[in-house]
Amino acid sequence: MAAVTLMRTPAETALAQAFEAAKQKLPGDRDGRVKAFSDFIEVGLPHRRVEAFKYTDLRAAMREAAPFAERPSVEEANAALASAEAFAGLDAVRIAIVNGHVVPEASDLDGLPDGVEVVTTAEAHVSGHQLLGHLSPVPLAMENPVYRLNTAFLTDGVLIRVAANASVDRPIHLRFVTAGEGAVATATRTLVVVEEAASCTIFETHEGPNGVASQLNDVVEFVVADRAKVDHVRFNGTGDGALALSTLTARLGQHVSFDSFNAVIGGAISRHQVYVMFTGDHTLANINGATMIKARQHADSTLVATHAGLHCTSRELFKTVIDGDATGVFQGKIIVEPQAQKTDGRMMSASLLLSDGATMNNKPELEIFADDVQCAHGATSGALDEDLLFYIMARGVPKAEAESLLIQAFLGEAIEGVAHEGARESLIASVEGWLRARG
Amino acid sequence: MLEIKNLVVQIEDKRILNGLDLTVNNGEVAAIMGPNGSGKSTLSYVIAGKEDYEVLDGEILLDGENILEMEPDQRAAAGIFLAFQYPLEIPGVATMTFLKSALNAQRRSRGEAELTTPDFIKRVNAAAGQLQIEKDMLKRALNVGFSGGEKKRMEILQMALLQPTFCVLDETDSGLDIDALRIVSEGVNALRAQDRSFLVITHYQRLLSHIVPDTVHVMANGRIVKSGGKELALELEANGYADYRQHAAAE
Repeated sequence: MAAVTLMRTPAETALAQAFEAAKQKLPGDRDGRVKAFSDFIEVGLPHRRVEAFKYTDLRAAMREAAPFAERPSVEEANAALASAEAFAGLDAVRIAIVNGHVVPEASDLDGLPDGVEVVTTAEAHVSGHQLLGHLSPVPLAMENPVYRLNTAFLTDGVLIRVAANASVDRPIHLRFVTAGEGAVATATRTLVVVEEAASCTIFETHEGPNGVASQLNDVVEFVVADRAKVDHVRFNGTGDGALALSTLTARLGQHVSFDSFNAVIGGAISRHQVYVMFTGDHTLANINGATMIKARQHADSTLVATHAGLHCTSRELFKTVIDGDATGVFQGKIIVEPQAQKTDGRMMSASLLLSDGATMNNKPELEIFADDVQCAHGATSGALDEDLLFYIMARGVPKAEAESLLIQAFLGEAIEGVAHEGARESLIASVEGWLRARG
Repeated sequence: MLEIKNLVVQIEDKRILNGLDLTVNNGEVAAIMGPNGSGKSTLSYVIAGKEDYEVLDGEILLDGENILEMEPDQRAAAGIFLAFQYPLEIPGVATMTFLKSALNAQRRSRGEAELTTPDFIKRVNAAAGQLQIEKDMLKRALNVGFSGGEKKRMEILQMALLQPTFCVLDETDSGLDIDALRIVSEGVNALRAQDRSFLVITHYQRLLSHIVPDTVHVMANGRIVKSGGKELALELEANGYADYRQHAAAE
């Protein structure tokens, strides 16, 4: 070919080589993978001059590409799962995904609640399962380079179908765990199809060892039919060396209730991207998050809510607590398409800076093409209120404890929206653990 | 016993207290009255340990120990309590959580065991009943959405629970209607004891007919310019502060 070849970074070169080597072996839609990878490599890893990645420069974050992880042995998987604690005490249907591969031996695939069907993404690709047709429900996400990389490399995950009218009380807990001492890359794709008037609760936890520079790329997609209800709680407790990239896409029908909460405590660099699309009328989505970071951690929450239905409501509340030299990012965009009249969208990002070295970048955006809507956004950053601290200390509470009370209260405003009591308590316990470690 | 000796305090280069001397004995209720801007609230904050104030000279001794080097929480554990003129709202912190944190922090600091939850709840309920504080209020975030009177009652509830030895009441009567004033005053009077003293800061004699002081001190321009018995409050109510302003200005 005579086309000009752009200079590639070592990581991009390694990814290209990895893709060449892997594309024959990876299951499923090879053309789709090739297209996604060529779209990705054409522009390469996004860097700070790419607007959507201005605050999270992946070219700088990924100097090298880690090798994609092989399927772990059952022993390796069990060892890694044994040290994963997030949400472990909650009654739930567990599905273990270790190093990007579902571990059936450590999952409750045989004991699924009525109305729930689960097939692994790898199997589905081999068999050409019909649920695959629901993948990539939000077109906008397909233009995202992290998502494209996932499409090119995805190994496994699960496809879940919740049958129409099924009311599934027991949460389904997806346990993503990284195993081993060497840095690995993983790419998983999970799909949850919730049929008409069904309801379910999905937990998604991510954990891994500290000191390992793993590169994780997880995509979870929701297709939610009319009158269905979904509660999704995600917990990022990955190791302190991890680059944790994740994308949530959700396509919502009418009269849907969709709640998604993301807690971030782990990862060296994390970026959680949410693409929500309101296609039906009278749908409500709450997209909330609580992030607590310290040292040199970097956590990015990026959100695009596209309103294409009438009378839909979206609420976004992101709380970020930043200590040490850590950096937080919130990028939120609400798009209201011309037909999406009576949209009510409110987006708020609030951050608490606990140290001089703490940084927060807020970028809220509204793109409104309809004329009868209510949309608002706000962003605040500040230190703990000195007067409040004095008031609490004047009652005998030492400074560190007074700060903890205020930090808990600050994050609590977002966490209290989590409907599942056990998950909410686990999240509060994580906050307390984080505060204890802060000292 | 609290002794304040030659206290000189400034904030942002502005001198507020100018060599203030005051002694409050054990079991004594001392009232401080004075015009706006005389430094009454500053005195209360400096006793409690607010950071913004720069102490240039003098000392504050609680039972002989200088408290000026202590953090606010250490002062509280030593027995100081400030009932705020404007109690702060703390969104997201349940009142019970706050009370328990405060009580147990003080107990830990004094080397005492933390209270068990039933014991704690029993104490809160007893104190709340006396102050006519509804249980529902205790479940809400501290002071959030409370009326002015409710906030002041909550301050006295904290005082009753924490059992301090030296209480500063900074314009506790401000914003109170007659009924609330009576409830708050009864709450304070119930806490009067041989080993507990009070510094009651107020503009008006009204509060002092409910909480009858042993001594009354007039503050002007950052110092005590006259001291006397409870009759001094009545005299001030009749004549105003004009004499003392002139008195202070003449010096």
